Amino acid sequence: MALLKVVDVERCVGCQLCMFACQRRLGLGGTSRAAIFPKSRGGLSRGLMVIVCRGCKDPSCAAVCPTGALKPRKGGGVIFLPHRCIGCGFCQEACPLGAIFWDEESNKPVVCIHCGICAQYCPHGVLAFEKEDK
Amino acid sequence: MLAQDSLKNVLYIDLSKRKFWIEERPDLFEKWLGGVGVGAALLEEECPEGVEPFSPEAPIILAVGPMVGFYPMASKTAALFKSPHTGNLGESHAGGRSAVSIRLAGLGAIVIKGASDIPIAVNISENKVSFIDARALWGLGVGETGRILREKTGKPGARSIFRIGLAGENLSTFACVVTETYRHFGRLGLGAVFGSKKLKALIITGHKSLPVADKKAYHECYDKILKQILETDSLKKYHDLGTAVNVLSLNRKRSLPTKNLTQAWFEEAEKISGEYFAEHLLGRRLACAHCPVACIHLAALRIPYEDEPYFYKTTFISYDYELIYSLGSMLGVGQAEGILKILAKVDDLGLDAISAGVVLAWATEAFEKGLITTKETQGLTPAWGAVEVYLDMLEHLARQSNEFYQTLAKGVEYASQKYGGEDFALAFGKNEMPGYHTGYGCHLGFLTGARHSHLDSAGYSYDQKLNVPELGPGKLAELLFEEEAYRQILSSIIICFFARSIYKYEVISEALKAIGYDFSPKELKALGQKILRRKYHFKLREGFSFEGLRIPKRILKTISPHGQLNEEFLRQGIKTYKEILLKEEV
Repeated sequence: MALLKVVDVERCVGCQLCMFACQRRLGLGGTSRAAIFPKSRGGLSRGLMVIVCRGCKDPSCAAVCPTGALKPRKGGGVIFLPHRCIGCGFCQEACPLGAIFWDEESNKPVVCIHCGICAQYCPHGVLAFEKEDK
Repeated sequence: MLAQDSLKNVLYIDLSKRKFWIEERPDLFEKWLGGVGVGAALLEEECPEGVEPFSPEAPIILAVGPMVGFYPMASKTAALFKSPHTGNLGESHAGGRSAVSIRLAGLGAIVIKGASDIPIAVNISENKVSFIDARALWGLGVGETGRILREKTGKPGARSIFRIGLAGENLSTFACVVTETYRHFGRLGLGAVFGSKKLKALIITGHKSLPVADKKAYHECYDKILKQILETDSLKKYHDLGTAVNVLSLNRKRSLPTKNLTQAWFEEAEKISGEYFAEHLLGRRLACAHCPVACIHLAALRIPYEDEPYFYKTTFISYDYELIYSLGSMLGVGQAEGILKILAKVDDLGLDAISAGVVLAWATEAFEKGLITTKETQGLTPAWGAVEVYLDMLEHLARQSNEFYQTLAKGVEYASQKYGGEDFALAFGKNEMPGYHTGYGCHLGFLTGARHSHLDSAGYSYDQKLNVPELGPGKLAELLFEEEAYRQILSSIIICFFARSIYKYEVISEALKAIGYDFSPKELKALGQKILRRKYHFKLREGFSFEGLRIPKRILKTISPHGQLNEEFLRQGIKTYKEILLKEEV
């Protein structure tokens, strides 16, 4: 399985093309359903960071999910089963990276599925979609 | 437009009554697209004829367009207001995250009316507006204001923070509004209008979804446009060296206004070139939201403290061609580090950098000629290249510390009427000159453009591409009108002008269709002209006159690539431009 990786955040210029690509995958404009979020480190003069799931092998978000809506994914990260989700938000609390986002419209979490589309649209070599070594 | 598209929402804020409401205005966006088109229509609705620019009745309009949040480089917000600098149309554009934040907060435009009795900030998020007591922020610089607001308001990454500095608070007519530290509503004095309303800052957060009409067409159109952006050489240039790439080429062509345009080349150009900045000072590059180009170049300036060894402060300062011209060559400053020091000051005070440089250049020459003395300057001796003196003068100017600095804070047109030196007061339609002395095209563009800006019609580009003297004033005026009309569409949908070679009428029409807007290329072309005429309608209503345009003698005297310029050529061009403009009713 391949995983999305932030390979060099120092190259990030904050264009947010990754975030728009993630949203566009769903056939939408805007950004509310995106699972990747570039932002400044407290003012743009200090540079940027990219908040996204790093594909934990033993994910905290899945560990705290009371209904089994988040299942550990083979190779890292989680698979989200929306029909099981009750919108409690524990997963969001548990992720130390802040990489579980929230969709206010459905009141459910938004989490990276490691499809790699964002990396395809990153023009500056910040993101990469890499095969995991066995 | 699609029924679910939130672009139709216009947010009205009344600062006097601390009240806000939203009106659905699909009519405006269906007719005028957005951005400047909708902004100009709202300005006409909201701005009473002959209103004093600093009165509570004078509105501030901020508008974005349909493409924002959908397509790359659709990242600008248009601000329309009555300009305190020229007394007629005020219009300036800024990028950063401003446009995406407004659009994804579920809005198409914001109208700010009234005035607060105490300093105030306004915090806008999806479905909510709150007012923040800004008394503790009044008197703070642009940088610190941003740092404080960033801690407590809005959502990082999905937020834009507009703010003013001392210059705006004290109503300098060329004060700007800064967003995201490095982008500006620079020209024509929006910062002073904020100041007159005691509006220190505006924070907007938005990250909603937007509906698509035809998903397949949208994906295809997006990929086609992005591919072109990434493959276009001119855009690569803006990424590599940034707009500062122009310093050496304009200098080689003897088009770089230097020392208040007493000459059009700078002997020290190498040391303030884009190449020099990139090699010695470039520390970081940034992009506006949804723009892969990342033209924002930040220099890392390391300054030692004098009271302690090995103690430095390092600041990041964004530089561009226009600022290197206005605060560099125009002031005879031949060191990049010196320019950055002045630029950092201009930014923190919240002044328009082009006007600030031209004003200081005029003051330097006026001082040389004895029109002003140390009595006026409070003991300071302005001289070409005198960085430290310019830093002090800027502080005085922003604080308006005596009558002379109060006068300077209103620009060179006003100052030269009072102290003399009109021949070398470089302003067009009262707006200070941008950085080009390329020939007839640039100057006719500054004179006739609705904003008197180099961005209106890019006359400097015709000067470099065509044989303008042979073309003659009539044909030149036609080309400028056509280009300015086209740019009304770019600034209505609203796209950064750097992407103009990609977003042609056909591409725009197709891109709009995928997201539910139906405008044929032909309709877009006609609409651009209509918007331009409408803006001019406002200008003329507020007292602008083509015949009253002053042509600074200095531009006729200093040799350009077209040789010595002839006033008659420019007057004829103005006349033709006016005829084309008034050919059709608004």
